[in-house]
Amino acid sequence: MGILDIKDVGKRFGGLQALSDVTLSVAENTCHAIIGPNGAGKSTLLNCLIGKLIPDTGSVMFEGKSVLGRSAHEINQMGISRVFQTPEIFGNLSVIENMMIPIFAKRDGSFKLDGISAFMNHKEVLEQAEHMLEDMNMADKRHMHAASMSRGDKRRLEIGMCLSQQPRLLLLDEPTAGMARADTNNTIDLLKQIKDERDITIAIIEHDMHVVFSLADRITVLAQGTPLVEDTPENIKGHPKVKEAYLGEAH
Amino acid sequence: MFGLDKKDTRLLIIVAILTFCAPIILNPFPADSALAQFNAGYPDLMQRFVIFGIFAIGFNILFGLTGYLSFGHAAFLGVGSYSAVWMFKLLSYNVVPAIILSVITAGLFAIVIGFVSLRRSGIYFSILTLAFAQMSYNLAYSVLTPITNGETGLQVYSNDPQYLKGNGPDVTHLFGLEMRSILEIKIAGWTFDFTIGYYMCAVIMLISFYLAIRIFRSPFGLMLRAIKANQTRLNYTGISPRPYMLAAFVISGMYAGLAGGLLASMDPLAGAERMQWTASGEVVLMTILGGVGTLLGPVLGAGFIKYAENIFSKINENVLHSWFSLLPDGLEEAVVWLFARFVGEGWHLTLGLMFMLIVIFLPGGLVEGGQRIARAFGRKDKDASSSTPAE
Repeated sequence: MGILDIKDVGKRFGGLQALSDVTLSVAENTCHAIIGPNGAGKSTLLNCLIGKLIPDTGSVMFEGKSVLGRSAHEINQMGISRVFQTPEIFGNLSVIENMMIPIFAKRDGSFKLDGISAFMNHKEVLEQAEHMLEDMNMADKRHMHAASMSRGDKRRLEIGMCLSQQPRLLLLDEPTAGMARADTNNTIDLLKQIKDERDITIAIIEHDMHVVFSLADRITVLAQGTPLVEDTPENIKGHPKVKEAYLGEAH
Repeated sequence: MFGLDKKDTRLLIIVAILTFCAPIILNPFPADSALAQFNAGYPDLMQRFVIFGIFAIGFNILFGLTGYLSFGHAAFLGVGSYSAVWMFKLLSYNVVPAIILSVITAGLFAIVIGFVSLRRSGIYFSILTLAFAQMSYNLAYSVLTPITNGETGLQVYSNDPQYLKGNGPDVTHLFGLEMRSILEIKIAGWTFDFTIGYYMCAVIMLISFYLAIRIFRSPFGLMLRAIKANQTRLNYTGISPRPYMLAAFVISGMYAGLAGGLLASMDPLAGAERMQWTASGEVVLMTILGGVGTLLGPVLGAGFIKYAENIFSKINENVLHSWFSLLPDGLEEAVVWLFARFVGEGWHLTLGLMFMLIVIFLPGGLVEGGQRIARAFGRKDKDASSSTPAE
């Protein structure tokens, strides 16, 4: 039993069987990567984990509770944070405000309208946010407009926002897609650091083998909507089935 | 002070001084001079400035912070007015119960309308609110005649019960202080009017303004701005946007109801036309003209539009002839004809042109204009430009 248990998940879009019989388990405090060629069903699987899609069959359990049918904010409140392919941050707000929102969400839940607390100072939230920015090496950018930062910094901020909630599980959807090499390496270093320093489980969906092999403890290869093989990175590297899936039989 | 930071305190104090001195500041010209018609310091108009200021402040909490454009806010204004007049009819001319009830009924209406309209966002939200407001207008105009008195408008009649009236005055009052009671001060050629009604509205406006600052700066305000910035991220941050939106909608509806109640308190009448879509559009114009999402903008915009409406529309051809009498006859006719299109009944044309110019050249509204002027004069302390956009 892992922290996240996906069992017999299947999803069909019209005539296309996007996922079939996907069963995989993410163990606590590991980094589990899901890779696969285009169209393998990686994004569909991710969307089933975060409440965007409901699979036709099977179950998705997080810490023993089903996530199916819950809305995005409920799933977050269960302890799952998500990093998007294109960084989703609050572009119109300053960096420090960006960082305060998830901390408020963690503290106050999905909705709080409290006249008294609105009249109190929010020092401790501000302090936590500043602390987190320092951890992310972004303290000097605290008053910047979030939208005006580089892609790498936006990614860093987004990851920081997710971490500030101390999630049990961090979902990363191609975190380095469309990034310059330097930004990619920075992001890998950041993720490695997070993995080493925090008690956190990471599930990562990725295209870039370099990223996967430098981070993952276990890798699941998805092909045509079904898991092909699951193993450690060393074993995946030379696996004939993986080569086949990526390059096709003819090669 | 009052839990505000230095900058906001200064802004509040400046607004308070300007509001309290308005009867003097707005009457810069001697009463019998030719320019006296540009004086805005008479009670009826000043009351409109602050009442519509409240309306616009409330509207800005919804539109400025969350970006949801409601096109039906006049419905709450109308509901507030009707409730207030009913209080006059049933209890007495005291404005306190009237104002309280107008805020409560507008809030209840906002819960219902908001609950339905907020199922959609963007243009669909705007259309839904517009539809609700037009429905309310038509209900008030014809269907609900027993409650609203239809096209005649609701007013107080001498045979109304007024259970709590006793020996109280026959005009609207605040525990005996009549709204219309006036203190007229004449200094040399100048005349300054101070009325109870204006000062009551001014104090309520300042309280509303203060609350709006608190909302802007609170975690609640931060969430509303986050809704405008990125709803996807907000969802995945564990926040449910809908209750926040509904709360913002209801608060801004209550502001509108308060404005409606005050309008009725100044003049105990309520008509369906107060709910018409043009009235809803007007508050949108006020907010955009002044500066969306800024603290001061909506108040400035409200003052600007109400000034234009009352002052430009009073200028007629005779006045124009007296201004241009020095020009040769033919030319005078031509100039007067040209200007006459933009004043009097044509003041909407002036307003339209101004609106276009401001939206194109000053997207941040009058507040941005003020900031640019301040910068041009090279003021070092940037925060002195009294209203930084909420960012």
